[in-house]
Amino acid sequence: MNFDPRFSGRKFASVGTRPIRPDGIDKVTGRARYGADFNMAGQLVGRILRSPHAHAVIKKIDTSKAEKLAGVKAVITAKDLPDLTDGDAAMYDILDNSMARKKALYDGHAVAAVAAIDARTAREALKLIEVDYEVLPHVTDVDEAAQHHAPLINDQVFTEGLEEKPAKPSNITKRTQFGHGDVHAGFAQADFIVERSFKTEQTHQGYIEPHACVASVNPDGTADLWVCTQGHFVYRQHCAQLLGLEASKLRVTSSEIGGGFGGKTHVWAEPVALALSRKAGRPVKLVMTRDEVFRASGPTSATSIDVKIGAKKDGTITAAEATLRYSCGPYAGSWAEIGAMTAFACYKLENVKTVGYEVLVNRPKTAAYRAPSAPMAAFAVESVVDELAKELGMDAVDFRIKNAAQEGTRSSYGPVYGPIGIGPTLEAVKNHPHMKAPLKANQGRGMACGFWFNFGGQTCTDLNIGMDGTVSLAVGTVDVGGSRASLSLVAAEELGIDYSQVKAVVADTSSLGYNDMTDGSRGTFSSSMATISAARNAIKILRERAAQTWDIPVEDVVWEKGHAIAKGEKYGNLSPLSLKDIAAASGKTGGPIAGHSELVADGAGVSFATHICDVEVDPETGSTRVIRYTVVQDAGKAVHPTYVEGQYQGGAAQGIGWALNEEYIYGKDGRLQNPGFLDYRIPVCSDLPMIDTQILEIPNPNHPYGVRGVGETSIVPPLAAIANAVSNAVGVRMTHIPMSPPRILAALEAEREG
Amino acid sequence: MAGVAVSTTINGDAVEYLCQPDETLLEVLRDRLGLTGAKEGCGTGDCGACSVIVDGRLVCSCLVLGAEAEGREVETIEGMAHGDQLHPLQQKFLEHAALQCGICTPGFLIAAKDLLAKNPSPTEEEIRFGLAGNLCRCTGYDKIVRAVQDAANVMKGA
Ligand code: FES
Ligand code: FES
Repeated sequence: MNFDPRFSGRKFASVGTRPIRPDGIDKVTGRARYGADFNMAGQLVGRILRSPHAHAVIKKIDTSKAEKLAGVKAVITAKDLPDLTDGDAAMYDILDNSMARKKALYDGHAVAAVAAIDARTAREALKLIEVDYEVLPHVTDVDEAAQHHAPLINDQVFTEGLEEKPAKPSNITKRTQFGHGDVHAGFAQADFIVERSFKTEQTHQGYIEPHACVASVNPDGTADLWVCTQGHFVYRQHCAQLLGLEASKLRVTSSEIGGGFGGKTHVWAEPVALALSRKAGRPVKLVMTRDEVFRASGPTSATSIDVKIGAKKDGTITAAEATLRYSCGPYAGSWAEIGAMTAFACYKLENVKTVGYEVLVNRPKTAAYRAPSAPMAAFAVESVVDELAKELGMDAVDFRIKNAAQEGTRSSYGPVYGPIGIGPTLEAVKNHPHMKAPLKANQGRGMACGFWFNFGGQTCTDLNIGMDGTVSLAVGTVDVGGSRASLSLVAAEELGIDYSQVKAVVADTSSLGYNDMTDGSRGTFSSSMATISAARNAIKILRERAAQTWDIPVEDVVWEKGHAIAKGEKYGNLSPLSLKDIAAASGKTGGPIAGHSELVADGAGVSFATHICDVEVDPETGSTRVIRYTVVQDAGKAVHPTYVEGQYQGGAAQGIGWALNEEYIYGKDGRLQNPGFLDYRIPVCSDLPMIDTQILEIPNPNHPYGVRGVGETSIVPPLAAIANAVSNAVGVRMTHIPMSPPRILAALEAEREG
Repeated sequence: MAGVAVSTTINGDAVEYLCQPDETLLEVLRDRLGLTGAKEGCGTGDCGACSVIVDGRLVCSCLVLGAEAEGREVETIEGMAHGDQLHPLQQKFLEHAALQCGICTPGFLIAAKDLLAKNPSPTEEEIRFGLAGNLCRCTGYDKIVRAVQDAANVMKGA
């Protein structure tokens, strides 16, 4: 591949416009097919039996009565998913999470499953399965779980990352550390130091579509899986490995996806559906209920974070330090590590140290949620930054501008930054009319910054030119929020044709090479890179065909605005050939014309945002309303600005829910108390204001069009921005998210009592 | 269990089906009639993804029994466009990008249609409260509200 990914500063014709998405009509007419909208002949209904205990040994499971119920075609337990992971600890955890092997590790952990002719029979059958549990002591709180005397979730876990292997097992799976300089020396130089501890509660991505799949395993070892996922290629690998299938014989088709936000990057019930289908010899549809989604998919970490920052009188930060404890559910993760990497990424710091601890708890396995781990760290850090600015008597924005990272800054997590957007977003916020708007009684304004890495990764794309000159673009990154529209724009741009001539589809795992997950804001970044590369490969062929038609050297043919043009005076009489002309003749000039691309999209540019928020707090009830909200974020280049705005608005809205309302509430018995949308309340239309957006474009030097990922950063600043706003409104520093009415009232009360 | 025979009207067409007495209208639409435009986001009346209109009333079809549709007129998302002519709300949702993943969209369109039928010139606040029974996790509602405002204007002009 001689693909040059560098930014070229070209003028755009299609990129940056706002056409209607190609999958739009199906979605407004109800025709789009999501996970649960697909059926196969002879299909059964699968249902999963889940542990009611937070921590229990599974002594015995008796399925005999369920098996005898008329209409039941298969009953499975962990025995039907034998361990084929061959020492791969991460895969073993995935296997154990999809069906508990020895112990149930959280309320909702799968212990058995049935496939029956209809939902009623399946539900009936679950009641007939007898499980003999030995209930064990449990722990659900991240700080309690980190204590020495806490109930042990896995006695094989000895904290990694310590200088010496500890003598005893614990719930802390790993310690990680980042930073540079000498924080002790840095704090010694400080005139002001602020130090505080924070907590955030566990939240769920809250996608409206529950996990759903249809699995069909044939006796010859071939299988099909239709599923809502953010990464069908990864699902194929995981499912094939867990079921002992050959990857190429398992075709995974990603349905339309009704939201994921990171939660559909892991397999959950899919291996179970495949195992049921294998045992029953029939296709099985398995759809989670909302209760199951809350109890048994993958929410965020709950966290406990200590932050200390020191600064000189002139506002220069001299040292910054954070200790972060993140819950992982019952399986090892790297969530605190990511938090520790992102915590101080916005700032230029000489002395910085962050330490992360991964903590096991009896809660569902933590999964990614939009810029995973970053919002909690930003909440803690940006709260302290605000407080420090106050102590210094400096404006919160000016203080941040003074310490903002720049091109050439060594980031707190290691790499040296290229051109970045933190300074420009801060300047834009400083000059934004929102910052100057008057506030009324009980209102407060807050602002905060956020960072996200953005990913690239393995990507494969096919671009096929039809005989009529229309272009089909087959991509392998799942479209989670309009990427088929942006990738069609990119193909049109590169080929020099109209957007309406391009149709993008998401190909299944048998039709295209491997693609990583659509995560890390990589969908449009990496697939656009692969699309540009594929288009350039197709253009090469188009030029060759034109050269052949004209019988001139291909070097003399250039591609401009969708046409092959013979370059040079001597070809004055050759009129340009359009893509359509060349395509129409392709049958006679060498056959179909296509461009392919397989690449690892390196160089995803880091992303920064700064948000402004106004809130009004009712001092009687503690209830808080967001009354105005502004997002300023660097997109590198906004391919389809409307969908970029949509990402900014959606992330902000999720952050608002997290900041004010959403939390997993566990009872003393270790059971989740609020596994439904009634009691786990996500923002509704009447809770929110319009969300203003400002897109900045600081080109990513590692992408031909300058594109950076845009999907995740928008959820990083809101927790902090709202906490700062609430603190400014009520005069009390809020340290516990969500800032639900009782927590705000308690904080006010504590302040009054002094 | 003995099935219940139901005769009803769906999107203007006479339809007959047999369903179980405890089967919801949502299950009937999706699993018996192949009308999968209405979605199940919760099954408990909390998300609005299953919204349909029964005799001019907006309901969560997950909270209505299939048997209750007897003799009534049911409108679903599949009946919203007239042939190849999209309803103004559908058109405006597309133009404003009022959908990202789109799973909530059928429910929102049905709820918005019901809202505009009752209040053709809603204020922003009336739209926000009128659609508060529908959850969207992707958009932050901004573009949905704007699409409904725009559609209301178009429909008044029509
Ligand atoms: S599925 Fe009916 S309201 Fe959610
Ligand atoms: S567009 Fe995804 S839930 Fe509304």
